[in-house]
Amino acid sequence: MTDLVITGARPYGEGEPVDVLVRDGVVAEIGSGLSGSAEVLDAEGLVLLPGFVDLHTHLREPGGEESETIATGSAAAALGGFTAVFAMANTDPVADTDVVALHVRRRGVEVGLVDVHPVGAVTVGLGGTRMAELGTMARSAAQVRMFSDDGHCVHDPLIMRRALEYASALDVVIAQHAEDHRLTAGAQAHEGVVASRLGLAGWPATAEETIVARDCALAREARARLHICHVSSAHTVAVLRAAKAAGVRVTAEVTPHHLLLTDARLTGYDPVNKVNPPLRSAQDAEAMRAALAEGVLDVVATDHAPHAAQYKDTEWDAARPGMLGLQTALSVVVHTMVEPGQLDWRGVARVLSERPAEIGGLPDHGRPIAVGEPATFALVDPDGVWTVRGAQLASRASNTPYEGMRLPATVVATVLRGQITARDGKVRA
Amino acid sequence: MRHLLSVTDLDAAAATALLDTADRLRQALLGREVRKLPTLRGRTVITMFYENSTRTRVSFEVAGKWMSADTVNVSASGSSVAKGESLRDTALTLSAMGGDCLVVRHPASGAAHRLAGWVDKDRASTGTATAIVNAGDGTHEHPTQALLDAATLRDRLGGIAGRRIAIVGDVLHSRVARSNVFLLATLGAEVVLVAPPTLLPVGVEQWPCRVSPELDAELPTLDAVMMLRVQAERMHGAFFPSAREYAVGYGLSEDRAALLPEHAVVLHPGPMVRGMEIAPAVADAPSSAVLAQVRNGVHVRMAVLYHLLAGAPE
Repeated sequence: MTDLVITGARPYGEGEPVDVLVRDGVVAEIGSGLSGSAEVLDAEGLVLLPGFVDLHTHLREPGGEESETIATGSAAAALGGFTAVFAMANTDPVADTDVVALHVRRRGVEVGLVDVHPVGAVTVGLGGTRMAELGTMARSAAQVRMFSDDGHCVHDPLIMRRALEYASALDVVIAQHAEDHRLTAGAQAHEGVVASRLGLAGWPATAEETIVARDCALAREARARLHICHVSSAHTVAVLRAAKAAGVRVTAEVTPHHLLLTDARLTGYDPVNKVNPPLRSAQDAEAMRAALAEGVLDVVATDHAPHAAQYKDTEWDAARPGMLGLQTALSVVVHTMVEPGQLDWRGVARVLSERPAEIGGLPDHGRPIAVGEPATFALVDPDGVWTVRGAQLASRASNTPYEGMRLPATVVATVLRGQITARDGKVRA
Repeated sequence: MRHLLSVTDLDAAAATALLDTADRLRQALLGREVRKLPTLRGRTVITMFYENSTRTRVSFEVAGKWMSADTVNVSASGSSVAKGESLRDTALTLSAMGGDCLVVRHPASGAAHRLAGWVDKDRASTGTATAIVNAGDGTHEHPTQALLDAATLRDRLGGIAGRRIAIVGDVLHSRVARSNVFLLATLGAEVVLVAPPTLLPVGVEQWPCRVSPELDAELPTLDAVMMLRVQAERMHGAFFPSAREYAVGYGLSEDRAALLPEHAVVLHPGPMVRGMEIAPAVADAPSSAVLAQVRNGVHVRMAVLYHLLAGAPE
């Protein structure tokens, strides 16, 4: 039985349009004039990419359901072209046991719009003092492959060293939220001219750079895999470049907002622009784009962080940090990287799908578009233009910093193992 | 002028107009048996203080009363703030009760901006216009303090344009310093900041002022020196080693004050830490304008309320 035929799409935006025949969730044939299927996805003029993988998503469930649930977050992911997301551990309760991790995994399966992979906490309760049961979580049915205390830095160098050493035997990756909290006490914004004038306590870029330098040294000695979350500073890029050249097994992500937005947006004190690490200078944003093109920064990860209105409609200091990202990630990458010619569609596939799937240890995502491979795709209209409206996004919260912005490229459909999960702005019922 | 949130809301003409109004109000009150003008009769001014500040709150209250406004004081501890009500709800509630002007002091930088945004949005639907006055927001600004300092300097020096004024001390954490640097520069003064590097904000070189590490080198050419408050807790943050070392480097001792020209004025926004920031004899000397600042504060705040609530020409 034929499941689906995608007609007239250009894989990676290259060459002549082809038809892709999908059977039992797998690509059965690629050619022209393919038909006879139960369902046709007309993809004329569209770019066919492997489904996107987000290494850094906050789905808020359990414990923060007023801001997002696994159901609403999965919908946002599918609409954004994502077929797998890594759900961060800073829920309530914290995902520091196989029980919580399994719950998240199972809720993801029940919703069925995107593969939800729980990230396990590195330390118990994100407390930074006692290692969580990494092995139990890795070996459980939740199959945890990434561990992070994201939101908090694993600050104690001894705990970080032990976690890296311990993780190396499990073939899992430790993802570090690099922030020396002694240097960011009370910090509210990027330490620079804008924050100084606004009277917002500064978050110096050195607080990120120094932890990354330390952890690269620890990972080198432990021969362990280290992943750096949401790199925001040009100086950190220099550290990463040197570490990679020296053979350290380190990878790094950048968020869409650090590619596009800067601290110039802070002058009105609207906390929708408050995020951790903070929006930095225009020079930093430019360095992020160059490093992503160069490959020093491996992937784009959203750091999708929904916050209900009551956590954002406050004075700046009281507002929670974070912004929505799943449904705008592709458009921001196209706007900042593809339009200026710093990435082609192959590059988009690399930073949004292939490399994140490798880092997260997902064998059936980020695969080539070829016969015998999983039919897991994002279909993108490269000529589409849309205006972002927070209230219309699928997330329960609406804290998008791109409100009212016209952005290029739309996700027309998302396909997960042959099943259409989103199409024309609606998720599968 | 609908709100007063930052001194950058004011160009030189608008700031001068406020100072002129303050002068006229002072004249109008001189020699009056009953110190009260009918200007703001029937208008309600509510002070919302989320930080303790007797001096600023009372100054606004007196300013309102001398112009016959009804003044109401709300303090954080005695209100629903203690029950966890959001700043937004408190502000909209007080606005709905008929507050024509909310004077807000808050520990978060930008709090007054947020309030202005909320009441303006509310105004679009209800038609109720509420003016917001920033009475000090975090480490951002304290515009009426800068205006009263400008009024004092204008009195004592006969003008501000071309005068050289040093601001000494904890610039990093000071909203008074920020408001003064930008207002005095707008009015044409030459501003010099003197502080240890730890107490200077990153990027200060882009402000309209000069930075000097050496107070003694600056004193002989100054027209005025403004000493900032140094909070004791800064010592724990390793901003400087000890009160003694701070006083030696940046305190205005009698010996130092003697380096100032005869005509120079000494200002301090208060409350003063005598001995550390300023020697008692200097604080009480004729060159000190500390109490004049307080007196001018009332007149300047009257002017601000008048311009906001009575629609005085800008």
